[in-house]
Parts: sequence; structure tokens; C-alpha cells
Amino acid sequence: MAEEIRLMKGNEAIGEAAIRAGCRAYFGYPITPQNELTAYMARHMIAKGRTFIQAESEVAAINMVYGAASTGARAMTSSSSPGISLKQEGISYLCGADLPAVIVNVARSGPGLGGISPSQGDYFQSTRGGGHGDYYTIVLAPKGVQEAADLTYEAFEISEKWRVPVLVLADGLIGQMMEGVVLPEPIDPATLPPKPYAVGHAVEQGRPYNHISSINLVPDELEAKNHSRFERYEQIKKELLRYEEIEVEDADIVFVAYGTSARVCHGAVQMARAQGLKVGLFRPITLWPFPYDRLHQLAEQGKRFLSVEMSMGQMVEDVRLAVNGKAPVYFYGRCGGNIPSQEEVFAEVARLMGK
Amino acid sequence: MERAYGHPRSLKSIQTKYCPGCGHGVIHRLIAEVIDEMGLQTKSIITNPVGCSIWADLYFDFDSVQPAHGRTPAAATGVKRMLPDHLVICYQGDGDLAAIGTAEIIHAANRGEKFTVIFVNNAIYGMTGGQMAPTTLIGQHATTAPEGRDPINAGMGYPIKVCELLATLQGTKYLARGAVNNAINTRKTKNYIRKAFEAQMRGEGFTMVEILSQCPTNWQMKPVESVEWLEKNMIPFYPLGEIKNTLETGTTAEQPAAR
Repeated sequence: MAEEIRLMKGNEAIGEAAIRAGCRAYFGYPITPQNELTAYMARHMIAKGRTFIQAESEVAAINMVYGAASTGARAMTSSSSPGISLKQEGISYLCGADLPAVIVNVARSGPGLGGISPSQGDYFQSTRGGGHGDYYTIVLAPKGVQEAADLTYEAFEISEKWRVPVLVLADGLIGQMMEGVVLPEPIDPATLPPKPYAVGHAVEQGRPYNHISSINLVPDELEAKNHSRFERYEQIKKELLRYEEIEVEDADIVFVAYGTSARVCHGAVQMARAQGLKVGLFRPITLWPFPYDRLHQLAEQGKRFLSVEMSMGQMVEDVRLAVNGKAPVYFYGRCGGNIPSQEEVFAEVARLMGK
Repeated sequence: MERAYGHPRSLKSIQTKYCPGCGHGVIHRLIAEVIDEMGLQTKSIITNPVGCSIWADLYFDFDSVQPAHGRTPAAATGVKRMLPDHLVICYQGDGDLAAIGTAEIIHAANRGEKFTVIFVNNAIYGMTGGQMAPTTLIGQHATTAPEGRDPINAGMGYPIKVCELLATLQGTKYLARGAVNNAINTRKTKNYIRKAFEAQMRGEGFTMVEILSQCPTNWQMKPVESVEWLEKNMIPFYPLGEIKNTLETGTTAEQPAAR
């Protein structure tokens, strides 16, 4: 059978991928530029007899996710930067209760209300926990519509495997643009196994009663709980790291970029190579865990790095941590909703190379 | 010989952390008795709030979910939508429900979410040590209203009558207010809880039982005095009874459990 390629907006492809991943409950609140995703879920979740709620706020939506996830159901919410800020309380509780969930951020520019154009200004918030307390969420950063669909689909499984919420960090460009996409095989939620930690159907599953909670007032107990969660984080760092390398091997300067800015950098690599400049691209796909070790190896090979971001410089701090003084790290960024052009990125790398 | 009175199965036989004279213990027991009588222990899930009753999951012998402060109705929405054949009890205090969680309770009620809220109104923040609640009476003292709640000069607002507020919403089917100050009111309150739980299992819509409760510790009274204070001050302001009842009574016995 020939593969079906559909032309879809990123927001809609994310929604369809979530449905195909067996998402049983979606809770959202309107915010630009992710509205097509919420509308897509309204159309298709209700038609399939699954749960769709337009919540009264992002705060309520993430807590509905908390409730649905407590029952072991695959649950999801989506928003854009200001709304994701509001969800941080709930994300902290999900992490404290070790509940899986998928949260999609179709990021826009900030701070504050900012603008509705694409941005990568949420890197700090995404990769450093984001809310209160000691925790991380897994962060997956797609570069286009196909990868947005693939990573969203996979996010549910990753989240359940590790009992850690997964954040899919897209941006307004990925959400709004249309590309061809091959969609993954649908999973029937009824075929997914029950979760031993979840509430509901205790007798049928022959288990003791479960209590989903993040509270513990005994310091030694809470410390032990945090330690065990961080041991899991160490496993995640070993097993989940993902990145893509393009023409890195002989490169003198390596762009480090994710998502939309990585695509721009890919174009700049092609421009540079056409002029005989040895430039490559290192694209982290998992932003947490971040591929520190691989970047460190590349630094030891004598490469220099140019972090290109749609922000004032956030991921560049991780690049510096990875390189740890072994090589120069440069930064080029646009913000406010601007996307750098491949010409300007090329011009910056050419300048650094003295060309 | 049959034992006529004993400890409810749905409530663990352990001492609670609640203060002497606190109403939570009696209210827990009423809930557990009704669940036992309806045979729903294995199908019950409580979402317990932030506040003194955050410990409810230690005492009820069935599944529980503990969400963020005030987000209890949102979490209960998620639980009930995924498990429509279960009895979901959204247990909240006055700070959780009527202050930080005002948006969540109003919209859960308006959507007609098919769970039951047990709203424990003791007119004070208990766990944090006696701050003014949205339901604190005018003139009532609190650590954050040291001269008494003053809505005019100090701009402290007025006590909120939650049942009456929610009664205007079409999604609400049953809103009752009880108290646990004496045996008669306790029995009436149990009856309200039973009606609400039965309506939930029939899938009728949003149900809530508000229960006026004593907090001797933070009211700075002896338990007996606190009962007298509740009778003299709270009951006249918060009238007891069924504030709204639009349940489809009469069809109850024949209807299957909610799916």
C-alpha cells in the first residue's frame, strides 16, 4: 500500500498524531498561535467519543490533565508561551506525583503578552523544570510538521515509560505552516494496558487502593523520593538523548540550533559549503536531556560553535556548559517574533571565519 | 445477633490528625457510611484539597487523587470524565473552593460535571492557622482580620454564600447545605450526601453538599463553645436545607448507573 502523505498545518498534524497515539483526553484554552490544534481536537475527539474540554483557563486545563492522567489515561494539553507559564504549577504537581502527560507549546515571543510570532524564548522555562521544586520535564523539539507529528505520537509512550511529563516545544512557525506529513498508525486506547499506579477499577485489577499525591511533610522521605526521581533522570539521559548532525565531521564552525532556527541554519550550511566554508549543524532534538557529552567531544576536536536562536541567547548557556571552555562559543539571535534569514546567519558565520 | 452500629468499611480504623471538635471527622464518617450503604467502596475516588483535609486520603479506604490548591474541581473533572461509572467526590474547604479555586468550581458546576462536591465551610483557613476565608462572617476575627472582618472600612469583602451563587447556573442539579453541630443536622446532612451521590451515579449533573463545620482551634474556642457559636452565628447567615433541587426524582430506582 502506498504511503499516504497529507498536507497539514503543524497544529493539526500534532492533534492528529495525538489522537493516533491513543490520547483519550484533551484539555485546552484558546491562545494564538495554537488555536487550530484546539479546534482540531474539538472536531475529532468528540466525534470519536473521547474527551475534549475547552477549559476555563490554562490552569484548569493542566489540572484536568492531572486528573485524567491519575486514571492512567493518555491525556494532553496544548498552549502557547503565556499559557504555558500558567500551566507550570500543574506541571510541577504532575512531576511531584510522577504522572505522565503530554504538553505542547507552540511558542510565541515574550516576555509578558509579547507577540504572536514564533520565538524560542521559552528554552529556559522548558529545560529547567519551569515551576517550583526540583524536577525536569522531557523536552522534544521538532523542526517541522513531520517531526512535530512523530514526536507528539512518541511523546505519550516516552512519558508513560518514564512517568515524566513530556513537553513538545514547537513554535508559531511550525504550528502555522503546512507541509506534507505521513501519519503514524492509530492506536486504540482500549488496547493500552492499565497502569498499576492509577486510580479506578482497583478490584478488577486486583491491586490495593492507590493515592496520587505530591505531598510529603517528612524531609527524609521527600528527599528520598526526589533522589529516586533523579536516578530515573540519569537513566533518561543515557537512553533518550537525540540529536542530528549535518556536515559536522570536517566543520570548523558548527551551528547549534533546534527547531525552526535549525532549519534556517541548514540553509546557511548549504550556502557556506557552496563557498567552500567548512560549516556544519548540530541540532538537539531532545532539549532535556541535552546532548552535553557529544558537544564536548566535538569541542575537543577543535571545533568552534555558533548557537543560533530566536531569543536573546538561552540554549547558548547549555552549549557553553557542554564545551566547558574547550572551544569558543558564539551567539547569534533574533527575537521579538523575528526569524533570522539564512543569509544573515550565513553572513555571521562567514564573518567569524574572516571571510 | 446483628451488629447495628459499627465502623464504616470505607473509613480506615485509625486516629485522624484533626483537632478535637473539628467537623471533618464526622463528615468523613457520613461519606463513608453512604458509600458503604450504596456498595460503592471499590468504585469511589476522592479528590482531596489543599487544607486540613489534604489528609483525607489517609483515612478513606479507597482510591484518591490530591491536586493543587483550588484545582480540585478541575482534577475531579479529569477523573470523572475518564471513569464515568465511578463515584467521584470532590472534597473542598472554603479557601480551596471559594477563594483560590473560584474559577474552577464555577465552571465545573456550569459544565454540569457529574461528580459531587463536599464543601466544608468552617469560615476560616484551618491548616495555615486561622486566616480570613471568603466565608468568614462580618466581624469574625482571623489572623488576617485582627479587628474582625470589615467589608467597608478595611475592604475585606463580604461572606460568600456558595450554594446560592451556584444555584443560578444551569449545570447544577442539587445544592444542599447541612451542618454537623447536632444529631438532627448530622442525619439531615447524611441524607443530602446520599441524594447527591445517587444523583451522580444516575449521571444527572453537578451536585454539591455544603456542610457548616466547627473549627475550635482557629476560632479559639472550646469544642462545645464552637458548636454554640456556629448555631448562633453561622446557621442564621447560611440557611440550612436544599438550596436547589432539580433532580429527576421518581425515576431513580429504574435508571441504570451512569456510564
